[in-house]
Amino acid sequence: MVLAPEPPAGDTTTLSGDQLPAESEIRAIEGRSLGRIAWSRLRRDKVAMTGGVVVVFLIVVAIFAPVIVKYFGHPPNEFHQQFIDPELQTPIGKFGGISWKFKFGLEPQNGRDLFSRVVYGSRISLLIAFLATGLSVTIGTLLGVTAGFFGGWVDAFISRLMDVFLAFPLLLFSIALVGVIPDHAFGLHGDSLRIALLVFIIGFFSWPYVGRIIRGQTLSLREREFVDAARSLGARGSYIVFRELLPNLVAPILIYTTLLIPTNVLFEAALSFLGVGVAPPTATWGGMLSDATTYYTYPYFMLPPGLAIFVTVLSFNLFGDGLRDALDPRAR
Amino acid sequence: MAAVVAAGAALALALAGCGGSKTPSSNSSSGAAAYNAAIGKVAAVSTKKGGTLTFADSGDWDSLDPADTYYGYSWDFIRLYGRALTMFAPKPGNAGVQLVPDLATSLGKPSDGGKTWTYTLRSGIKFEDGTPVTSKDVKYAVERSLDKNVFVNGPTYFNDFLDLQGYTSPYHDPTPGKLGCKCIDTPDDHTIVFHLIKPFGGFDYLAMLPATIPVPQAKDTGIKYKEHVVSTGPYEFDTNNPGKNFSLKRNPNWDASTDPNRTALPDKIEVSLNVNSDDIDNRLIAGDLDVAVEGTGLGTAAQGRVLADPNLKKNTDLASITRLWFSVINPDVAPLDNIHCRKAVEYAVDHEGYQRAYGGAVGGDIATSLLPPTIPGHKDIDLYNFKSKPNGDDAMAKQELQACGHPDGFETNISYRAERPKEKATAESIQQALAKVGIKLTIKPYPLGDYAKLYAGKPDFAKNNKLGIIVYGWGADWPDGFGFLQQIVDSRVIRAAGGNTNLGIKIPEVDQLIDKALSTTDASARNAIWGQIDESVMENAEALPGIWAKSLDYRSPNVTNAYINDGLGGFYDYAWMGVK
Repeated sequence: MVLAPEPPAGDTTTLSGDQLPAESEIRAIEGRSLGRIAWSRLRRDKVAMTGGVVVVFLIVVAIFAPVIVKYFGHPPNEFHQQFIDPELQTPIGKFGGISWKFKFGLEPQNGRDLFSRVVYGSRISLLIAFLATGLSVTIGTLLGVTAGFFGGWVDAFISRLMDVFLAFPLLLFSIALVGVIPDHAFGLHGDSLRIALLVFIIGFFSWPYVGRIIRGQTLSLREREFVDAARSLGARGSYIVFRELLPNLVAPILIYTTLLIPTNVLFEAALSFLGVGVAPPTATWGGMLSDATTYYTYPYFMLPPGLAIFVTVLSFNLFGDGLRDALDPRAR
Repeated sequence: MAAVVAAGAALALALAGCGGSKTPSSNSSSGAAAYNAAIGKVAAVSTKKGGTLTFADSGDWDSLDPADTYYGYSWDFIRLYGRALTMFAPKPGNAGVQLVPDLATSLGKPSDGGKTWTYTLRSGIKFEDGTPVTSKDVKYAVERSLDKNVFVNGPTYFNDFLDLQGYTSPYHDPTPGKLGCKCIDTPDDHTIVFHLIKPFGGFDYLAMLPATIPVPQAKDTGIKYKEHVVSTGPYEFDTNNPGKNFSLKRNPNWDASTDPNRTALPDKIEVSLNVNSDDIDNRLIAGDLDVAVEGTGLGTAAQGRVLADPNLKKNTDLASITRLWFSVINPDVAPLDNIHCRKAVEYAVDHEGYQRAYGGAVGGDIATSLLPPTIPGHKDIDLYNFKSKPNGDDAMAKQELQACGHPDGFETNISYRAERPKEKATAESIQQALAKVGIKLTIKPYPLGDYAKLYAGKPDFAKNNKLGIIVYGWGADWPDGFGFLQQIVDSRVIRAAGGNTNLGIKIPEVDQLIDKALSTTDASARNAIWGQIDESVMENAEALPGIWAKSLDYRSPNVTNAYINDGLGGFYDYAWMGVK
């Protein structure tokens, strides 16, 4: 086959530029793939870049949490009750016991290092958010493309399926499901089972959001000339889906992935807050918030996990918005 | 007038009864409030009548019907509008755990080796409408309390102990007068005789239950009776808006000369229901409210505020409640089937950490055995150096691990009730402490609602899921070895289907001692046996005591005659209070 994937339809001005090149200009423009164009746009967007840098920083923190905590904190589950006022149950000292040794202060009652717990909490939050997003984007893309491309009863069936999933009372369902799953299941137990379960619940029930968008995009792409051309040249369905449609769907998939991650961070935090997340004493941001509510007269203890969730969600959203602007300028 | 005299006399009696060199004058003259002023003595002594005493409840009563109530605070409050055969002495300190006659002229007279109990009613006691109370009204009240289809909340002690001979309920009773149960005889209007199916030395405690508060058969409306209970106490119902509020006014047919146990000082009593609990604390501190009726103490937020301010702290009482926070060391789960492995757990646990999980010293005292000190029969048992090594005795723990064949420790699980942050903190604390000697715990939260029915209280589940340590708590129905211990240590109450209160303590010697205690009618001999049972459980290391709970109560400066009654389980005596 000589048919190369059609340049995505995203940017028509560049396309027309490519089609009418002067000899000398070809060299200058030749290397500018879609990715590079988007990258140059993204680089000019300072807000998005700040978001992106914070996202990278968070990922680095999550990966190197044990190292960071070793040098700057204490083991996340270690008690330090000698620094806790025995009567009030709150840390001795101002601002929740902040000091050089305890950078974010101590947890009330048991005196665990809040800094270490926030750092370790990022692992759970990001891991679950990334995996769940991956799962929902995969399912959403597969079913969305299938529905959009084949149409007919396949489309009708998948679309109704999406409606069913969207109508699910997800929060209630997840609380119930986490409650009934035994301690050993699917060859997993403990934290890994809980993480797998949360990934499944969050991922498996949020795919229709991605699926609907992909279906819509596929529907419009499928009528485009380059698809017709491929079809008239005898290309089979799978070829068209994987070589013609999917490359053109990369932009929306990427955008919705970056925007879905913060939603999932929030959802994981909500589940942990409600006590159906990863079992204690493993640190999670939602769980830390829930612990802090007992001491709501000292609102300080809500700050570290609360800010961590806030910064993560905000930076992913800013980065995602910038990415959308860069990949799909018409959407502005 | 008679009421004033009687009340004053009874008050002086109570103060004398509180023991020691404290004279009534030193209490009443002090006037100024002080921390723990209502513990072991009466705070703000007064005989002033009148005023309105206001209560608030963050939830609702299980029921106002004497046959259908099981809440501790309800058993306290009900004495304002009902008189049972016996009640706890209205005295501060240790004297309060003694029973005194109320509707009866004296405590029960046992015969037939503790299988028959006879009471004589005081004369001159009337219902609120003026009808005299007879022993038949008491019999009818107990009979109707047997019907657990109508009254689902109340305790089942009478069902368990009376010789029912198949009797189920007066509502299905064809005999005229509905008094068909052969389990109770009423030879005359002032005598009532209970026949038991097995000897029970502590029957006077059953006579204290609200179910013995007389109910006139003509006025009984079954499940609707709770909307207007016919009073025998100093107050009768004035208004009652279920779920919102109710109020009591003076009962003109209550005669103070028949009642040495109540002061009846306020003219009116008002109760608001379903009030936000933080709101209750704030209104209590602001003085807009007199009593938080539930008696569970201040919430965490208000507690922090009150403890930090000496002006507020002086209005608080740290009351012992007859509640134990403890964990069961499950002998069904290997290697905890080995006594040395269990002892290793006892030694290694950080007892101060356990206490901190419940709020530190404000939450209670470190428990060294099961029976709280306020319960008669309590012995000082400290087999595992809880007192000398409050953070755990790692050296002894390692020695026991060696003896049980796991010198490097072992792995097991610890369960707690997911909705309880304090139990979560307990599990985390035990996990940290046991890790020091190599015992690795995995924490397993389970929903509170089904903890006993489906999870930790189901022997199969606990065994299959290797719940080696089960975080738990227990409160007594009344301060007595039977009321406190029997349900949690008698292995014969364990049902395979679940819903257990005994989460795995199985010691044959303990079962035998329980039988012996049940048939002992002499109170002090019986109490000594309960102390022995406690010791035996600790020797077998199947229970890990945590703390003997306390609650930090706020004593409003508006109230008079406030004192904590140990018999009622650490509540203020509501039948004794007045307002300034």
